[in-house]
Amino acid sequence: MRRFDKRVALGVALIGLICLVWLGATGGLIWSTLDETGRTIVKDTLGERMIVLLAMWAISLIAVGSALRFLVSYFMTAPARLAEEAQVLLGTDVKRQLIPSGSIENRRLTDLFNQLVQQREALREEMDVRVEEAARNTEQEKNRLAALMSELTKSVVVCNLDGRILLYNNRARMQFRALSQAPGVTGGGELIGLGRSVYGVFDRKLVMHALENIQHRLQRGASAPSAQFITTTPSGQLLRAQMAPVRSVQSADETAKMTGFVLMLDNITREFEAQARQDHILHTLTERSRAALGNMQAALDILEYPDVEPDMRERLLTVLREETAGLGNRLRELKSSALDSTVLRWPLEDMLGSDLVAAAIRRIEALGGLSVVATEVDDSLWLKVESFSLLQALSYLAERLRQECVINTVQLRLSMGTGRAQLDLCWTPSAAKLTDKVVPGWENDPMRSGGEDTSLTIQDVVERHGGAFWFEREAETGTVFFRFLLPLAAPQEQLETSSVVRNESRPEYYDFDLFQASAQSRSLEDSKLSELSFTVFDTETTGLDPANGDEIIQIAAVRIVNGKLLRNENFDQLVDPKRNIPPITIPIHGITPEMVRGQPTIDTVLPAFHLFAQETVLVAHNAAFDMRCLQVKEKVTGVVFDHPVMDTLLLSAVVHPNQESHRLEAITERFNINILGRHTALGDAMATAEVFMRLIPLLAEMGIHTLGQAREAAQKTYYARLKY
Amino acid sequence: MTKTVLIADDEPNILISLEYLMKREGYRVVVAHDGQEACELIEREHPDMVLLDVMMPKKTGFDVCHEIRANAAFKTMPILLLTAKGRDTDVAKGLALGANDYMTKPFSTKELAQKVRDLLEAAA
Repeated sequence: MRRFDKRVALGVALIGLICLVWLGATGGLIWSTLDETGRTIVKDTLGERMIVLLAMWAISLIAVGSALRFLVSYFMTAPARLAEEAQVLLGTDVKRQLIPSGSIENRRLTDLFNQLVQQREALREEMDVRVEEAARNTEQEKNRLAALMSELTKSVVVCNLDGRILLYNNRARMQFRALSQAPGVTGGGELIGLGRSVYGVFDRKLVMHALENIQHRLQRGASAPSAQFITTTPSGQLLRAQMAPVRSVQSADETAKMTGFVLMLDNITREFEAQARQDHILHTLTERSRAALGNMQAALDILEYPDVEPDMRERLLTVLREETAGLGNRLRELKSSALDSTVLRWPLEDMLGSDLVAAAIRRIEALGGLSVVATEVDDSLWLKVESFSLLQALSYLAERLRQECVINTVQLRLSMGTGRAQLDLCWTPSAAKLTDKVVPGWENDPMRSGGEDTSLTIQDVVERHGGAFWFEREAETGTVFFRFLLPLAAPQEQLETSSVVRNESRPEYYDFDLFQASAQSRSLEDSKLSELSFTVFDTETTGLDPANGDEIIQIAAVRIVNGKLLRNENFDQLVDPKRNIPPITIPIHGITPEMVRGQPTIDTVLPAFHLFAQETVLVAHNAAFDMRCLQVKEKVTGVVFDHPVMDTLLLSAVVHPNQESHRLEAITERFNINILGRHTALGDAMATAEVFMRLIPLLAEMGIHTLGQAREAAQKTYYARLKY
Repeated sequence: MTKTVLIADDEPNILISLEYLMKREGYRVVVAHDGQEACELIEREHPDMVLLDVMMPKKTGFDVCHEIRANAAFKTMPILLLTAKGRDTDVAKGLALGANDYMTKPFSTKELAQKVRDLLEAAA
């Protein structure tokens, strides 16, 4: 049905009226010129045919109406529709082509609009591509940085000016673990973590002092100022830290502002102790030798008097004998003491023994004329070596064997000796006598191989490693070999290195968004949920009545910082409840009495957990129960958990008031969350954290943005009335 | 009048020589085997001069110096430090704490005898 158009009706009425007026006026004019006869004739003629006249008038009006209607739609409706559609295009992002209609001008206008829309789309797409590319580049750079960091052998921690950690690498994590006062419990997790304060390890004043130092130097125009300090940590370790500023990107006309700092850390406890021990030995050696020489000198002086009585003479000679023997003993002791290691050492690095052997094979074979076989290589050995000089030594020996003993095959062996690794270069002698005559003494000749000359001898290389070198013949097999005794990497360092290697997925050790995070400018209550740090935890217990003797047997937690779930920064600890675990509960938590035996007790675990959770909001599913478990232990452990608390059970009820179940299982199913290892404390904590992360945006949709608002909403729910 | 010299050292091997030497020089000799004994003997015997080893058990030579100089009666009594410590800082410390002179071990007994004579003369 076509719409009734008032404008058309008005037009038709107007034209009808004009026609009537025109007809009336023309008729009247003609009427007035006619005489009586003429008037009678006209009256007779027209009078009977008036109907026809009126019908013709009406018919022409209909024709006029449809013409008008067409004109209106052709010249007026089409542009109006175009205007409406253009309005839609302007206000929204829809991509569509307008269909041309109406007059030629209108059609051209529509085409122009279409072209403009296309142009806009093209521009937008280009921009999107560029934004995406930029984002990808940034992401790539971030990944590159993270990769670089994780491979660095130096501990690096980056902080903002408030001392909050924005980035740390694996090495730093392991170093902090060594600093932890409860290393077995938290693994240093309470000390290092994104968003945590570095002042947990370093004295705030010390860091501030170093920062001021740098700032002064920056103001004086220093290009790359840095500060160094040495500090002891609460656990008694000695750390050397180098601090460098992180500066904001500099625009041409202003000086770059400092936005944070980088700390590079060395644990020098061991070095320092070794140094101190050596200093002490050297010092006492000098003093005692001086004293002994003093005694001898005095005795000698007296003996020179001609009139010394025989008795006195004998006593003085005894003094001389004693002191000489004493000096000799002291020198012998010294040889076996730590001072022996004061020989200037090269920087030795940890290297997997099998890697060294592989490198040696490549290097010797590259010389030409020799084939090398690795036999019996213990690939669990980690050496502490300066690989370059050691490889040089091996290829020098191999080449000299080829030249002087006509050997074309050598074997490499690596095995564990007593306290050292044994690296052997073996061969089967062509003529035993020749070998025995030629080989001895090679260790004292300057090494030459592959055209490289060096003034170093094998002996030098071995001494710098604190090792040994000799030539030996195996009686049974007739095999002869050169043996290097080489130091092993310390067990702890071995562990560190291997855990670095094992860690394939790169954990999230950085969060540069924290650069923007300001100091607590808003109170916690007004802080946005999306910006707060949370410790999401779960406890397993011997039963449901903590007030009447049920005990915690496991606590696990993960952290959410800046809206990101940090899976690597977790806390997972079994606790010895010092009571039995009811067998009926074992299927629920899967923790048997054997598992908790020998584990730390609650009075060590809770303080560590408290540290782990410091300055965060606690989150748990059915938090009332877990909090109750923590609170009944306040007296025993002396730690009070006065953190703000969020409960995912209550928040779920806020978001989905019509759902029947708010059990963790039901919620994870609703959110389609799959967690491995559910029904362990860590698995449940992880699931709770995932749930919590999904609840935050849903709460925001309901206008609940801050911690205060969330707590208020939670309190109003039906479930809040349930109290433990 | 015979002058009294107190020798404080924990090493018997040097005491033999020093005691012999000082007696031969014509002094009366009092011997202390540690810092504590040295202080007590100084109070009791009022020696004319003290030969003081630095590294001694109970009280070091530095402590003894400090303690006896605090007593007005011994303000001018010459103290000669005998030290196996060769560092400048140790010498400076000894002199600052009131020793008149020092000799670093090993030393020549002739020089020692001369120093003792000089210090006693200067004090007289």
